[in-house]
Amino acid sequence: MNDLQYRVNFALQILQSLLALGTGLVVLWLVYSHTTELNGWSQPELLAVLGVQILMGGVIRALIQPNMMRLTEDVVQGKLDHALTKPVDAQVLISVREVQIWQAVDIVSGAIVIGVALVRLGADLGALDVLAFAVALAFGAVMLYCFWLVLATGSFWVVRMWFLPELFEGVFQTGRWPVGIYPQWLRFGITFLVPIAFAITVPAEALTSRLEWETLALAAGFAVVLFAFTRWFWRFGLKNYTGASA
Amino acid sequence: MSTLPLAKEGRLRSLADFYLTTIRTAIQQQFQYRAATYMYLVGMVAEPVIYLVVWSTIADQSGGTVGGLTAGEFAAYYIVWTLVRTMNIVFTPYGWEERIREGELSGQLLRPLHPIHYDLAWFAGGKVPWVLFYLPIAVVLTLVFKPTFDVRPLEIAVFAVAVWGAYLIRTFYQSALGLVTFWTTRVGALFQLYITLELLLSGRLVPLTLMPEWVQTAAWFLPFRWTFYFPIQALVDDLSNEQLLGGLAMQALWTLIGIGLFSLVWRYAIRRYTAVGN
Repeated sequence: MNDLQYRVNFALQILQSLLALGTGLVVLWLVYSHTTELNGWSQPELLAVLGVQILMGGVIRALIQPNMMRLTEDVVQGKLDHALTKPVDAQVLISVREVQIWQAVDIVSGAIVIGVALVRLGADLGALDVLAFAVALAFGAVMLYCFWLVLATGSFWVVRMWFLPELFEGVFQTGRWPVGIYPQWLRFGITFLVPIAFAITVPAEALTSRLEWETLALAAGFAVVLFAFTRWFWRFGLKNYTGASA
Repeated sequence: MSTLPLAKEGRLRSLADFYLTTIRTAIQQQFQYRAATYMYLVGMVAEPVIYLVVWSTIADQSGGTVGGLTAGEFAAYYIVWTLVRTMNIVFTPYGWEERIREGELSGQLLRPLHPIHYDLAWFAGGKVPWVLFYLPIAVVLTLVFKPTFDVRPLEIAVFAVAVWGAYLIRTFYQSALGLVTFWTTRVGALFQLYITLELLLSGRLVPLTLMPEWVQTAAWFLPFRWTFYFPIQALVDDLSNEQLLGGLAMQALWTLIGIGLFSLVWRYAIRRYTAVGN
């Protein structure tokens, strides 16, 4: 919240978001100047995918990534011990310490892109579709949080974690496109190893009336399993953590 | 007077010494932190793989080719892309921003050598481990995406020079941009703009032939195409000998312009520098 003091950063963030959005639109336009559909997805439908990807990216960079990077830094600098002494659940505490408020610009711009896509689709969404979208989005956010926490927990063993944002940002770009276009092995990877398909393609399927209930149920089941695993792994990591300060 | 040539020779020798030592240190450091370096490379490889998948899907859908390129040719383009990208990693404006904001530059200014020598040597040294790490990735990509290649010895030779040309061009333009930090400590937005232009006009996003006519025309008047498109084309496409050597000449020209631009900005920037830190 400290960030609210730095208004210029807000303007810069808007500029950066606009550039990223502009690039995304140019790519879409370029693709559809050479074809009419990509693996069964029309241009406005892919616009919806882009919107969900931008929105989810904003959620990650505003709420998840800053906390996880702080965790890895705190481990290195021996500051984590202080957080562990507090009388609240340590996982909750380390997950809510940081907010990069200006990154939330992407949440807004993603929502606008989704809105434009829906208008262009002439979509007639029922309450159930909207609900399915919201639920899928929430499960997706939970899974990405788990993924980040598992990686960040790795800092109990591996000290240098500076590459995490770069690595994640690179892989996260796969979400710009529906997961169906990727070869089998990659599709598996960005569904179950890095849950990008669940976080982006599945909500986008809800918006474009593609979503099957089985998929949503699978997303729910996987979210629960992943969360349980993450919780266990975090505690396992903590047990191995010997502390670094006095 | 007779000592002058000797002094000059000594200068050159110590410069070469400096480069060799820095390169060696960079190599050792990158190997030491190989896990982190590798993860960084894997994140980087996602970008061309996405482009490749999208464009080969379109090629397959439209009866085998799009813009005259087959899926195999796209595969060749983006696999070479990855090598070119590995080779043209340079010190970014963010690096300059940090260097100036944290006051590190003060110490560097006291040295008898311009800091740009350090950046050039350090990132050149980094290429050795990066390219070694890239090789297994290239093997996997080749097995998965089945590129179609047809190379001549001259193409390989020109490619080997052109990747260094791309490295020099990117170094000088990005460093000139980095010097803007002398006026404002927020160079990020400008750099994003630069990267966006580069993405669209260099062949980094798609082979330039897929771009609209006017973009292709614009690309001829800017340095970007010589940092991605030309090196990739040298290896992947069937350029004539004149095109290959002409391309190297254009790289040399843009490098000289880049050095000129950098030196000019440097002269003004350094006057503004009031040290922060020790």
